[in-house]
Amino acid sequence: MIRFEHVSVTYAGAAAPVLRDVDVRIDEGELVLVVGPTGVGKSTLLGAVNGLVPHFTGGTLAGRVVVDGRDTRTHPPRELADVVGVVGQDPLAGFVTDTVEEELAYAMEQLAVPPDVMRKRVEETLDLLGIADLRDRPLHELSGGQQQRVAIGSVLTAHPRVLVLDEPTSALDPTAAEEVLATVTRLVHDLGVTVVLAEHRLERVVQYADRLVEVHRDGTVTDGPPHAVLATSAVAPPVVDLGRLAGWDPLPLSVRDARRRAGELRDRIALVPPPAARRDPSRTSDSAVLRARDVVVRHGPVVAVRGVDLDLAGGQVTALMGRNGSGKSSLLWALQGSGPRQAGTVTVAGSDGAAGTDPASVPPARARRLVGLVPQTPADLLYLDTVAQECQQADREACRSRAQDAEAPTGAAELLSRLAPGIDPGAHPRDLSEGQRLALVLAVQLTAAPPVVLLDEPTRGLDYHAKQILRGIVERLAAEGRSVVLATHDVEFSASVADRVLVMAAGDLVADGPTSAVLTASPAYAPQVAKILAPLGYLTVDEVADALDRAAP
Amino acid sequence: MPTPARRHLVDARRVPRALHPLSWWTWALGLAVAVSRTTNPVLLALVVAVLGFVVARRRGGAPWARAFRYYLLLALAVVAIRVAFRSVLGGDVNVATMHVWFSLPRVPLPSWAAGVQLGGPVTAEGTLSALYGGMTLGCLLCCIGAANALANPKRALRVLPGALYELGVAVVVSLTVAPQLVESVQRVRRARKLRGGSGAGVHALREVAVPVLQDALDRSLRLAAAMDSRGYGRTGSVSRRARRLTGGLMVTGMCGLCLGVYGLLGASTPAMLGLPALAGGSALCVAGLLVGGRRVRRSRYRPDPWAAPEWAVALCGLVPLLVFLSGLGAPAAGLNPSTFPLAWPSLPLVPALAIGVAALAALAAPPPARAAVGGPATVPGPSHGWVRGPLETRAGRLGEPA
Repeated sequence: MIRFEHVSVTYAGAAAPVLRDVDVRIDEGELVLVVGPTGVGKSTLLGAVNGLVPHFTGGTLAGRVVVDGRDTRTHPPRELADVVGVVGQDPLAGFVTDTVEEELAYAMEQLAVPPDVMRKRVEETLDLLGIADLRDRPLHELSGGQQQRVAIGSVLTAHPRVLVLDEPTSALDPTAAEEVLATVTRLVHDLGVTVVLAEHRLERVVQYADRLVEVHRDGTVTDGPPHAVLATSAVAPPVVDLGRLAGWDPLPLSVRDARRRAGELRDRIALVPPPAARRDPSRTSDSAVLRARDVVVRHGPVVAVRGVDLDLAGGQVTALMGRNGSGKSSLLWALQGSGPRQAGTVTVAGSDGAAGTDPASVPPARARRLVGLVPQTPADLLYLDTVAQECQQADREACRSRAQDAEAPTGAAELLSRLAPGIDPGAHPRDLSEGQRLALVLAVQLTAAPPVVLLDEPTRGLDYHAKQILRGIVERLAAEGRSVVLATHDVEFSASVADRVLVMAAGDLVADGPTSAVLTASPAYAPQVAKILAPLGYLTVDEVADALDRAAP
Repeated sequence: MPTPARRHLVDARRVPRALHPLSWWTWALGLAVAVSRTTNPVLLALVVAVLGFVVARRRGGAPWARAFRYYLLLALAVVAIRVAFRSVLGGDVNVATMHVWFSLPRVPLPSWAAGVQLGGPVTAEGTLSALYGGMTLGCLLCCIGAANALANPKRALRVLPGALYELGVAVVVSLTVAPQLVESVQRVRRARKLRGGSGAGVHALREVAVPVLQDALDRSLRLAAAMDSRGYGRTGSVSRRARRLTGGLMVTGMCGLCLGVYGLLGASTPAMLGLPALAGGSALCVAGLLVGGRRVRRSRYRPDPWAAPEWAVALCGLVPLLVFLSGLGAPAAGLNPSTFPLAWPSLPLVPALAIGVAALAALAAPPPARAAVGGPATVPGPSHGWVRGPLETRAGRLGEPA
């Protein structure tokens, strides 16, 4: 169906090709998962399938890509629209019309499908994706999962034989991601659509894949059956890591596979005492650094946060979870003081033991010394041309907001080199990877030395390696005695780093407790290791490795 | 005119649907042209009443359906501004023979502003003529507002001929991008506070503008990529000659149209200039669109039908147009009442009846399609369309004994 014949792609001005001599053949009806670290050219590979690379992006493509007998050299993307359907990461950015029904019809109108056929296909697609009740709704009112399903539907109506999905679930909460992936697997099984999918969170999709294509840092690719590729892959979901640790062959890909083989492992580690609480409780101070009472946030008639009480202790890492639109961001912004807050109190204890201050009642320059927030789109904070300039500007801002007697703060450049070493100071912030940009904004915010650091969706778009680095950063912040709050959908990341998990639903805090207790309580939020090793209270592969070490002698 | 109860019955028997947008536009533009030929305040008030009646009866529940109110306010503002300017700038020549209401203090102006005067006597004649002129302008605005409230502007763009399809898409995309840009500005300004900036002042302009513009650029690139991969612009190849022919026809046609419209609307230009230029221009434009449209291979999802109600509504708008243009049954004084010397405006019968015909559009058009029950989960307030159904029923029953 899709043939890459010795394909190399070099972007204009780049020293080395992004893809090097790719020779892959994808057959009809396969679900192929493209894996690899961030920034290695997964998107380039996906874009080459329908000719967006190089027709739209520029650059030079050597070799040949043939889709359903059509060569992308002679067929620009629009001429492949009836064969390949592309769904991007942010569905809202790709919508052309404004209601669900018109969006579904758009591609067909371009292909000059007769009106009566169009009508029939729209109805079928509405049913196939379970979005019939949304047909008249404006697209921007839909939830993230619904938007993504409409986006898939809008390319499906053209009856493409290939579906290309570039990180379709990265912005979605676990349940919505399940919804979308269930839709995709259904398309593969019921309609025989060929699917090419890129995804960072392999734990969500790897069990559905027929084949894996791994893109390496040098631009070469290897492909093969999932367990073979994952045995040596640089990125692997926890279930595979656990399999590697336990030496299982072939490697398990799903919780079910692993659980059936894990009996012996469970017996071995059941003998050693269960993992201790992650951080030494004595180090987390008893007194709360931040105390919020009865916080209410409303956006017009919509209540985003409904009377939340929250105490944050120093040295503690808290994960804030909940589905899209449950009020996580609103709560973080309200705690920082920059966002709206209709009722309730927030007090942050001063570093000098002074009486608590409400960050909303002081100027923004002072509020950021109490609570630092890294927003969902960190790039919003950056506006200068180089990393070095951003750091200098951050230092100036920090000096301006600082009291005269305080000691000179740590410079942003130094913080950045500690958080993420090796970033070129002359680079443009937009050219950094997601993880590097996050580190830069975090460094900028840390120049104010706030005792409370809030991170809104920091793991979005990060690969496993980048998450590992982020985990190190978060742990260091906690070790310095700061209280860190992460709003995230990433169950595995929360399991690996958080001491405490809060779950929000419809503006209420519905769960609050130690990570192990909250995450293992519900299947939607349980990490893979917990599912495999239940009822033992293990959450991550590292904990299991540690337990095995202790069990060994 | 049927009683409310009967009207309700008439509606109940008809299948609610949206009328073809071109039909509403024809109706509204017909009225607008008629309006442009008169300054008679009674007729103009009648037109506004008719517009309001039809809009109230036949608009849907969508956001744009509430636009008429804003056009009405805009029209009032236009009238007020015109009257105020006339009063301040004065400019009456034969003040001695006019009715002076009061005098504003005169502001001496430098010699280079000769011919302009600030302040001075305010006369009944001057104010009334400003009022009448303002009412004509305001009424024109209301006609456009009514069309916007009655016809979904996006569906109206969909009926553009194939050759102009790209133009329609550009407008639709920019309509959706504008709110996104506002949202983006708000987000970045809020984020500025996190760095201690106030988000205001000249210095903050760069801090806000750079991320917002980068965001907008990213978004438009992604949109372009999405449109490209979904087949937008699969037009096949057009020869250079065909492109030039299309362009030439369209430009010449447009010039002809402008000339014709000017000739028709301006009462002082001879009708002999207007009609032929209009006809010639239209013919050239149609030819250009046909030539340009030949290359288009595209189909339309659920196109609006053009059936009897569409003809009827368009006709309701064309009747006043024809009556006013031909000056049938109304001497010039009836359409444009004299303000010097002052005279009471009369109510010429035939034009008034013609405007009344325009009101029949409310009956000729089918009731608007309401949002299906269980459709939108977020009903914006009680003014939403489908709340009106039961209220109307009750009003109808109450009206019966009377």
